[in-house]
Amino acid sequence: MADAVLPRETSLTTRVAFAVALLLIAGGAIVFVAAFAYGRQAAQDAYDRLLVGAANEISASVSVGQAGLLVDLPVSAFQLLALAPNDRIAYRVTGTRGELLTGYADLPAPPRRPLAGVVFYDGDFFGEPARYATVSRRFAERDLSGTIEVTVGHTLLARRALAYDITQKALVVLAGSGLVMVMLAAFVVRSALKPLDRLAGAFAGRDPYDLTPVSEPVPQEAAGMVAALNGFMGRIDQHVGSMRNLISDTAHQLRTPVAALRAQADLAAVEPDPVRRDAIVDRIHTRTVDLGHLLDQMLSRALVIHRGESVRREVLDLRSVALEVAEAEDHALVAPGAEVRIRIGDTPVLVEADMLSLTEAAKNLVANALRHGVPPVTVGAERVGARAMLWVADCGPGPDDALMGRLGDRFAHGTREGTGLGLSIAAAVARAYGGALRLEKRPDGFRVSVDLPGTDA
Amino acid sequence: MMRRAARILSLLLALLPGAAPALEAQRSFGDAAAGTRLLLRSTTDLAIFGPVIERFLARAPDIAVDYEQWGSNDLYDTALAECRAGQVGADLVISSGVHQMVRLVNDACAATYRSSATATLPAAQRWRDQLWGVTREPAVMVYNRALVPPAEIPRTRFDLLDLLRPEESRYAGKVATYDVESSGLGYLFAFADAREATTFGAVLESLGRTGAVATCCSAEIIAGVAEGDYLLAYNVLGSYAQVVERDDPRIGMVMPADYTLILSRAAMIPRNAAHPDAAGRLLDFLAGPEGQAALADVLLISAPSGNETGEEGPVLSETALRPISLTPALIVALDRQKRASFIELWRKSFPLSPATESPSGPP
Repeated sequence: MADAVLPRETSLTTRVAFAVALLLIAGGAIVFVAAFAYGRQAAQDAYDRLLVGAANEISASVSVGQAGLLVDLPVSAFQLLALAPNDRIAYRVTGTRGELLTGYADLPAPPRRPLAGVVFYDGDFFGEPARYATVSRRFAERDLSGTIEVTVGHTLLARRALAYDITQKALVVLAGSGLVMVMLAAFVVRSALKPLDRLAGAFAGRDPYDLTPVSEPVPQEAAGMVAALNGFMGRIDQHVGSMRNLISDTAHQLRTPVAALRAQADLAAVEPDPVRRDAIVDRIHTRTVDLGHLLDQMLSRALVIHRGESVRREVLDLRSVALEVAEAEDHALVAPGAEVRIRIGDTPVLVEADMLSLTEAAKNLVANALRHGVPPVTVGAERVGARAMLWVADCGPGPDDALMGRLGDRFAHGTREGTGLGLSIAAAVARAYGGALRLEKRPDGFRVSVDLPGTDA
Repeated sequence: MMRRAARILSLLLALLPGAAPALEAQRSFGDAAAGTRLLLRSTTDLAIFGPVIERFLARAPDIAVDYEQWGSNDLYDTALAECRAGQVGADLVISSGVHQMVRLVNDACAATYRSSATATLPAAQRWRDQLWGVTREPAVMVYNRALVPPAEIPRTRFDLLDLLRPEESRYAGKVATYDVESSGLGYLFAFADAREATTFGAVLESLGRTGAVATCCSAEIIAGVAEGDYLLAYNVLGSYAQVVERDDPRIGMVMPADYTLILSRAAMIPRNAAHPDAAGRLLDFLAGPEGQAALADVLLISAPSGNETGEEGPVLSETALRPISLTPALIVALDRQKRASFIELWRKSFPLSPATESPSGPP
């Protein structure tokens, strides 16, 4: 099995590795986006605070003098902004009438007036994207009242660098955890697939003729597969057994009649008297017919056993089996002129079985009844509770009790002509479809039933 | 004589109505037929910077350099105007008005340039890969060796205050410094002083009370000290003082021990430069070891702690050296209101006089 070239599907390990990789990539992409968004937000918050700090400091440096508003621009505010060392700085202070007090005249205006608190906005600063914060301060002096606005902005280099830095660090952590996850996944897959390896080892180590069920502990996921395998091996075992039986039966059964035939033939060869030779030839003929009959039965039995094991079951009505047997007229060969009656009801008697096997079983039973029983012989089918019965009855007393115990065995037979194979076939068929063969001595005669589990459908 | 001539010149310039910003000196270096003509505008004296250019051209014979010497305010105004109008101007601008240069970079007037040479500059001498401090020049006090006895040589600003404190101090009216309105560098030094220590207020008050002279231009001030017109000069650019000190025994120089401002002239490639690559090569040269050596030879780079060139005073500790870093905080110096109020404060000590009305001068 190991060196057979099997059509291969992707290995489980590859599948799991692929799934884990997909998971990691998808998760990684999500975390990357999240990390980037978080980094940007964190950088934004950090540097926005810087802007507000500087703007407030500048705003605090504004005073009212004789010449109006004075801005004593604090260096510390710019040192604060210079914490983003490579960013250019924009600033503007406007007076109560919106006039420019100091700073850059042409900065973008805030989207709304910062009546309370602070307004952040994005804009341009000499061709480079920048972030601005505007704060306001109210004056209520004798000479001057109103609101001044201080706008501070800077370009985005430091923000981007910080965002990039945060993202990068997050990604390093991500990559590390990804690696750990891959290793864990590899470990988990290996340990999860270990029972399969063990099973494969058990199979490989098996004797090629060992067809007993696998007894190794099997994980639940593989139980179905192993059960199927066990069933498969069981069927093979059965086949092999049947074959062996058939061969030994055949040898056993044929040896005596063939030896007798040879003896008769030998006798005929040396018999000078034509009358007696004719009598011997006549005997040889009778024996040959018996032998042919025996062979038919043996083949029939082999056939039903084989079909029971290998042919697909179908839902069928036992009544039609009974009808077929009664009408087949096969029994005419055994007992010419004998009558076979039929007794069936109106309701179908459904079972899951093989039509041919059941017919064969019933014909054998009918032949037995005609041969050993007392006519009339009746074939019937009926449903008794959950059981479905196909039966053949005659009006005789049935075999004696000693024989009853052995009937159904392969070679049990009551009389010289019978071989016992008829019952054996019927019993085998009954067993093959989950039932049994029942022999009943009833007040009105002897009845043999193939008792099968019934089906409702 | 020099002083008078300069004064007359500046008066004449001031009288010209709407005088266009004018360059003060000009010279072409290198092969006239060279493929690339680099226009370099600088506030540095042509005579001082010339040898550096020549050493550069020795290595880059395919380049010729047109050197223009400007006053820092004019240079700033011109560069800003060209930047706003999108005109092609200089290929490289080097100015001692570093606050103006910072402002130009902040206004997106500079081109970005990166090289291994510029990366070797200390972080304080770089900004955004658009502005680089290429020199290292202290702001010093200059004195007349003959007229200031060794015991009275001011080692610190406190010494200077002590000299000016007496009612009848003979230093009254004999101390000179840059006029902050006419000199971009003077303003920068004063502004940095004001940020650096509270001493500045006291110094300003003392200078104003004793009638110190605020005037224009390093050369003029140093010449005045040499000739005895002034006994002392405060916040003079050390590189120029050292050049004179080397040849003129009358001049002495002190790096104040309380703290000494260190100026790095800032270089920038304008956004509209016609030859940014050639400018980059010159920049690499200036920032690289050879250019730094050349700058040191012409005393534009002073020794880190100062005493090798012979000036008096203790060796300064590193912490007393206060480099004027190229940071956006210098933008404050150019703020309209800040500048107005600073100059107003200054004018309280140095009332406007006709002599100081000159618009600009070489720092």
